Amino acid sequence: MGQSLATLAIAAGLWGLAAGSSAAPNSGPGGGAIGIPPATARDATADLVTWGLPNGGAEPSGAADAISSDPVARGRYLVDAGDCQACHTNPGGAPFAGARPIGTPFGIIYSANITPDAKTGIGSWTADQFYEALHKGVRADGARLYPAFPYPHFTQLTRADADAVRSYLATVPPILQVKPSNRLPFPLNLRFVMRIWNALYFRPGAFQPDPAKSEAWNRGAYLVQGPGHCGACHTPMNFLGAEKADRAFQGGKLEGWVTLNLTGAERQGLASWSQADLIEYLRTGRNARAAASGSMSEVIYDSTSRMSDRDLEAIAIYLKALPGVGSPSRAPADVAALRAGEAIYVDTCAACHKADGEGTPRFFPPLKGDASLQAKDPGTVVRIILTGTRSVPTPGKPTPLAMPGFAWKFDDQQVASVASYIRSSWNNAAPAVSAAQVGKLRRRYAQGP
Amino acid sequence: MPAPSPPAPVDVVLVGFGWTGAIMGEALTAAGLNVVALERGGWRDAPNDFAVTFDQDELRYYWRHHLFQDVAHDTLTFRNKLDQVALPMRRLGSFLPGAGVGGGGIHWNGQVWRFLPSDFVARSHNLSRYGAAALPPDMIIQDYGVTYAELEPHFDRFEYLCGISGKAGNLKGVVQAGGNPFEGPRSREYPNPPMEMTYGPTLFAEAAARVGLHPFPHPAANMSRAYTNPLGLQLGPCTYCGFCEKFGCGNYSKASPQTTILPVLLARPNFTLRTGCEVLKVELTPDRKHATGVTYIDETGASAFQAASVVVLTAFPLGNVRLMLLSGIGKPYDPRTGEGVVGRNYAYQAMSSVNVFFDDKLINPFIGAGSLGMIVDDFNGDNFDHTAKGFIGGGYIGVVNTGARPIETHPTPDKTPAWGSAWKRAVAANYLKTVSIVTHGAVMSHRTNYLDLDPNYSDVFGRPLLRMTFDFTDNEHRMSDFLTERAADVARAMGGREIKLNRRSGSYDITPYQTTHNTGGAVMGTDPKTSALNRYLQSWDVPNVFAPGANAFPQNAGYNPAGTVAALSYWCAEAITTRFMKSAGPLVQA
Repeated sequence: MGQSLATLAIAAGLWGLAAGSSAAPNSGPGGGAIGIPPATARDATADLVTWGLPNGGAEPSGAADAISSDPVARGRYLVDAGDCQACHTNPGGAPFAGARPIGTPFGIIYSANITPDAKTGIGSWTADQFYEALHKGVRADGARLYPAFPYPHFTQLTRADADAVRSYLATVPPILQVKPSNRLPFPLNLRFVMRIWNALYFRPGAFQPDPAKSEAWNRGAYLVQGPGHCGACHTPMNFLGAEKADRAFQGGKLEGWVTLNLTGAERQGLASWSQADLIEYLRTGRNARAAASGSMSEVIYDSTSRMSDRDLEAIAIYLKALPGVGSPSRAPADVAALRAGEAIYVDTCAACHKADGEGTPRFFPPLKGDASLQAKDPGTVVRIILTGTRSVPTPGKPTPLAMPGFAWKFDDQQVASVASYIRSSWNNAAPAVSAAQVGKLRRRYAQGP
Repeated sequence: MPAPSPPAPVDVVLVGFGWTGAIMGEALTAAGLNVVALERGGWRDAPNDFAVTFDQDELRYYWRHHLFQDVAHDTLTFRNKLDQVALPMRRLGSFLPGAGVGGGGIHWNGQVWRFLPSDFVARSHNLSRYGAAALPPDMIIQDYGVTYAELEPHFDRFEYLCGISGKAGNLKGVVQAGGNPFEGPRSREYPNPPMEMTYGPTLFAEAAARVGLHPFPHPAANMSRAYTNPLGLQLGPCTYCGFCEKFGCGNYSKASPQTTILPVLLARPNFTLRTGCEVLKVELTPDRKHATGVTYIDETGASAFQAASVVVLTAFPLGNVRLMLLSGIGKPYDPRTGEGVVGRNYAYQAMSSVNVFFDDKLINPFIGAGSLGMIVDDFNGDNFDHTAKGFIGGGYIGVVNTGARPIETHPTPDKTPAWGSAWKRAVAANYLKTVSIVTHGAVMSHRTNYLDLDPNYSDVFGRPLLRMTFDFTDNEHRMSDFLTERAADVARAMGGREIKLNRRSGSYDITPYQTTHNTGGAVMGTDPKTSALNRYLQSWDVPNVFAPGANAFPQNAGYNPAGTVAALSYWCAEAITTRFMKSAGPLVQA
């Protein structure tokens, strides 16, 4: 688990980034108390040449490619919009050369080399074969792909966009890199088994615009459902790793992170977020209500911060139109039992998050009303308390404001108390957290790489 | 194993990466230059090195010097007088240079001042106002060669970079109520309002006003509110935890290279930082008129050479001076003949204090921040008439609630035993009810206060240590006594039970902490016979070497140096990008 955590931690960016990526949360304070590798200058400058200089949250210059008539330029934009880097580039490795381990509930899958190398990449694939991979989840040699590659979403790409992506990928330097063997148990290690999975859960089909909706809504729907493949993380999955269609965008799990409910649900969803809040978050990694953590930091860094204003607006319009659904939360029964949590909060958390939970918007996120904090599953909040987190630096907001981990300082009961306290204060409401739940997560994140 | 290829030549190499290194790096790369910074220490950032979960640890950071220069690796030797044998400092005391990325900018208080306009012309100003007789023969104060007006935009740039909390006292020549009426004219208000004032400084300000002085809030690099600086970097609001001085800030509330510059600078493709790299020497051509680059030991212990068109010394002032001496840049100063320039005009700071003990007022001094205080500037520089006073210069007086941390802070009244149960009772009775008024006095340069290479002691690389020869002179004693009396005037007006004067007396003692304001040694000026650097901080002798830093102060003023150091750095960077890179060579003809 540790290894996949590390690899799903933010790959590129300032200061080494992702909290908890190689966590050793039980070590003493100082000199690596927090599971953030001490960054060196080399880390910090690794992947930033194309990232651009601080721009106060303005649209980056490359975003104009969204509507370019040049397929290579548009393909590059779509590769960003699809966050292909996240899986197909190993941290510190050659772009798109794959071999990055992807943790799934079933085992480790290594991503494919999608550089134009003829032997180990996709240089010998025809345009039709490339489209078949996106559209049907079938490799050039006819083998079935695993849905860790989100073809159930990419199937919606238009043929023109798929061709544009291929045109761009043909321009990146070819890299000779053989994909390591996946580490999957029988029978999942047999690719033909995916035929059964596809028969159960997969329907190929290009995106169908809804003529009753606006052009912007349709663009947003296309980006979210197609290249953006948001549901891959934000829709809960069944025991076979297929998205539960009836619970689309209601929040799932990824590598231990509880992903946000993107619907208009109260408390756990985005009911309180405006369209502008959504755009600001996707552009800069933070807004007046929240700061991105975990894998979403990587999505913002590599993908959404690079998209056009128009596309971010379209995504926001589409998401804000999702009806508010989500499992209801119940308030904890015994508020008096939370006194210990309150005491810890006042001593330890209130300096940044403030006694009233209001935080300092865009700097230190408010806890009052926070959606991920009120998710039924406390995995994200407990993880952040144990291992810490950092705001993702973007051209709009380049400071990687960080919260340190507290695993070395608080025992399971103390973490549970403070987590329960913040989940039920300031009009927040979510189930209490138990010491046993914290202990389980602590053991998980203490394993290290 | 094949030898690694040498680093590619660059436009500029920076030696040291604290405030001056970060400022120069940002300004030079913004102009398109290719810059490498070499820092002998390691990387530092808030969540790893001084997180809120463990930052408030006086034992680790203050007593055990967690963020300071490691004297087992490199130190200095010290003596008061020319006829003494200097001994090495095996534990730092009086001053605490930082180590690692960010340098002293990590553990400073954040006190950001502009020196007075007259401070930049100290010699000519005092001569014209008081006549030649006012300056003793061995007092070798000088003009900077750059004026306050020339530096104003650069002061302003640094204050906005840092998000200084304060109140302007002079906007474009118009005195402003509530600010420092003595300060030089500034082009605009501070970017943030003053901090919330606590009880001790408030009592001081009220009493100071009653005795006819002009109190104002200390300009602070501690944030009075959340701030986003011109580079887009974010600083959080200060929590008044009282752990600035000698500590990093885990809350992003104190301006430092890390919070105000580095995330942007490190992302620039034309900038590279190498940590764990100690520069041994600036290499010169055989005629000693041109630097070719620097030789350094990298983090693996291997020797390397970084070629550069320009070498900028951005280490601590003592480090800059030592490197010039080791490299043969400029002629070493000889106090017996008065000849030579490198090592000349070393100066420091003259501090004293007055305690006011109350019976009925809970001061709660643990609520603090590095620059949280109220100040009067009526007795600084030449803000008052020095006729017949027997000294020149001055200093500010004020109450700065830096946090009264318990290992360091145990105020006791006069006649209290120094230890034992009576001492404990006195500390317990007075800790919460004491206000300390500090005086922050200037030090003029003197013929026998200087820096050179030690003849006896060397560092881990076998290089001679720097030797400091320093003592306070009559000028400092008289000035500090005068400031202490003026502080006592205010102390008496504060209405406490009793006061206690802690005078600056006797020879300089390098062991107790005073301030880390070491200045001079490679000073700027108008005459190559009395200054190592010209008005652009450029070496007179090796024109592609620049040395911005407090080493350039010809004498020290009655203020904390960082604001002026930063302004000089921006001024230097502008000279490099707009003048030197267009036409390499001396920017001022000797």
